[in-house]
Amino acid sequence: MLIRNQDDIRSSQITPEGSYYSRREFMRAASAAGIGLAMETLVPGRILGQDRWPRGKKGPYDTDEEVNSFKEITTYNNFYEFGTDKSDPSEYSGDFKPRPWTVEVDGAVKKPAVYHLEDLVKPYKLEDRIYRMRCVEGWSIVIPWRGFPLADLIKRVEPTSRAKFVTFETVYRPAEMPGQQRSVLEWPYVEGLRMDEAMHPLTLLVVGLYGKDLLNQNGAPIRLVVPWKYGFKGIKSIVKISFVEQQPPTTWNISAPNEYGFYSNVNPEVDHPRWSQKTERRIGEFFKRKTLMFNGYADQVAHLYAGMDLRKYY
Amino acid sequence: MKRVIKPVAFVAALLPLGFLVWHGLHGELSANPISDITNETGTWTLRFLMITLAVTPLRRITGWSSVQRLRRMFGLFAFFYGSLHFMTYLYLDQFLDFNSILHDIPKRPFITVGFTAFVLMIPLAATSMDKIAKWMGGERWRRLHRLVYAIAAAGVIHYLWLVKADTRPPLAYAAILAVLLGFRAWFYVRPRFAQLRLAARKEAEPA
Repeated sequence: MLIRNQDDIRSSQITPEGSYYSRREFMRAASAAGIGLAMETLVPGRILGQDRWPRGKKGPYDTDEEVNSFKEITTYNNFYEFGTDKSDPSEYSGDFKPRPWTVEVDGAVKKPAVYHLEDLVKPYKLEDRIYRMRCVEGWSIVIPWRGFPLADLIKRVEPTSRAKFVTFETVYRPAEMPGQQRSVLEWPYVEGLRMDEAMHPLTLLVVGLYGKDLLNQNGAPIRLVVPWKYGFKGIKSIVKISFVEQQPPTTWNISAPNEYGFYSNVNPEVDHPRWSQKTERRIGEFFKRKTLMFNGYADQVAHLYAGMDLRKYY
Repeated sequence: MKRVIKPVAFVAALLPLGFLVWHGLHGELSANPISDITNETGTWTLRFLMITLAVTPLRRITGWSSVQRLRRMFGLFAFFYGSLHFMTYLYLDQFLDFNSILHDIPKRPFITVGFTAFVLMIPLAATSMDKIAKWMGGERWRRLHRLVYAIAAAGVIHYLWLVKADTRPPLAYAAILAVLLGFRAWFYVRPRFAQLRLAARKEAEPA
């Protein structure tokens, strides 16, 4: 288990649910708690209701918005390695084994290595961050991720001056990932970031959500989260991180180059060729909402793209 | 048996809607229920179009004349689900924002072709009653209702153009449509070949 007990919130800090949640949210949270309990081994000392996301003090990167339920986050997924329906990843990822796991770091770095997952994560104090996630399809969701800044790993491996981009690769295991048996996308899934995007404090390497280790359908055991970009940039089940000189290929760009660009910053002004990006449906809400520039993280990231034509570099 | 077919088929055709409502009320749709409703109603529109197109080939092959009476009902159900699909888009997706809808329709090819398919269904639904068919005359009615081929094709293209990468389901419908249209082409062409052969034989006969 990567998530250690001492990081868990003390029972005295948990707000009584009646006073904090409205009845509707309570019902949703209660069903999520039921599922969470069923999925988790009960460790002595853990308190009932821990599976509802208890909001502690708001961190500098947290959004104020209501966190989606554990059930919503873990049953409505795009992870084509397990199938292309939204329910496929939770239904068909049962055979996937996220342990033992290694991550290879190579390319233009002074300290290339192959890490066992535990050794990769050990030096870092895991942070909980409540981020918005906006899918390119036009829906969004708010997730309490648990991880550490990618920048910390980058500093550890000491990239050379030739490192201009970071590229990531997902595991290729068609026997455990039935979706990989068809080439709906080119496997293995690859993604990439510009060096300054990778070093940005918002960019996270994530190993958990809702205070627990990542479930298979969310990209176990380790994935990337880049909240100002469309969700498909958040590559899942990472086995390789390479530092390269040239802008690397990315899977959705390979699949449809005129629809999915390298940058894929959330941008209501630049429509997808086939649908508008001006609005989005927040999971759990009835009415649609206006999409925000850079998914609402403009204050933190707009400077990375100053002077760039975001219509050209979509 | 014959008298039971129509009511049974009618109820069966309502089942997809029934299931959708049931799942919706019991919170069994996904985290994005409006998307589910849009997809389900769209899929059933396409399925009823295929079912409607399958009736005549089925009758010609099996000789079951009774299925022909179901064709109109299935066609109207295609229009029914198509209307639900369109209304879901208009209201639950766009909230009757006609400004953005009118902008969307010509700009997004998959919506253009989907909207076209729906609009073409309207005259067919409107002229489905026996009285109106009689008033129109058989030949004119048949010609109008041949639009169903274009409607079905437009529906398949609509589906193909909206999927992100998984083209298997829409291509499956394309294959089914190709087979059904293949049958129609065969029924059209075969008697004409026979006529040609007959004409050729008559010419070859000594006077």
